Amino acid sequence: MADNKKKTTIVLFSGDYDKAMAAYIIANGAAAYDHEVTIFHTFWGLNALRKDEAIPVQKSFLEKMFAKMMPRGADKMGLSRMNFAGVGPRLIKSVMKKHHTMPLPQLIEMAQEQGVKLVACQMTVDLLGLTQEELIEGVEFAGVAAYLADASEGNVNLFI
Amino acid sequence: MNIAKVVDAKGLSCPMPLVKSKKAIDQLASGEVIEVKTTDKGAKKDLAAWAQASGHQLMDMKEENGVFTFWIKKA
Repeated sequence: MADNKKKTTIVLFSGDYDKAMAAYIIANGAAAYDHEVTIFHTFWGLNALRKDEAIPVQKSFLEKMFAKMMPRGADKMGLSRMNFAGVGPRLIKSVMKKHHTMPLPQLIEMAQEQGVKLVACQMTVDLLGLTQEELIEGVEFAGVAAYLADASEGNVNLFI
Repeated sequence: MNIAKVVDAKGLSCPMPLVKSKKAIDQLASGEVIEVKTTDKGAKKDLAAWAQASGHQLMDMKEENGVFTFWIKKA
């Protein structure tokens, strides 16, 4: 049974709250469709996987700058449109509350609960100066070959 | 109709009605029925598509005062 399951893969390149939400809603939906789902996080998409607290790790000056300038965790991400220097996300989150829409951090939790495989691209993890300890538990680390192995069998492959 | 489990997804938006239905149906045996209640207008098409794709049978559906109720039989 496990072998004839359909597969969905999503590349989350973007570090925007709204785009990451779309990715995670599709991932949760696909998991409910009984697909084997993998989300590959690369570049700015990695920020969705960051823990929201500061983790004491050894970093170079440039890496420290990166760590400061990038959102620490899914909840801190900005919007791709109408961000208004951080006011936009606060507005949309209050609207989401009214509509009982699940916020991004909970969507990520639910995806993990549903067995969605979360993968961090090792090359960009290194490039952005991130370390394994700074990312949430349960994340796997891999490269392009692992992605292609899944995507070449994928029924749904998205780049967000 | 014998209902093995009721899923109350009223007030919740996409993808929750789908995810909750899936979680509920996973706990059932083949041939058992879940009842799903939702107020999400998108769920009408969503649950029908999901049931068909997963092989479950959408037995009936009704809309009453903005609440959609679905009965889905597990494959």
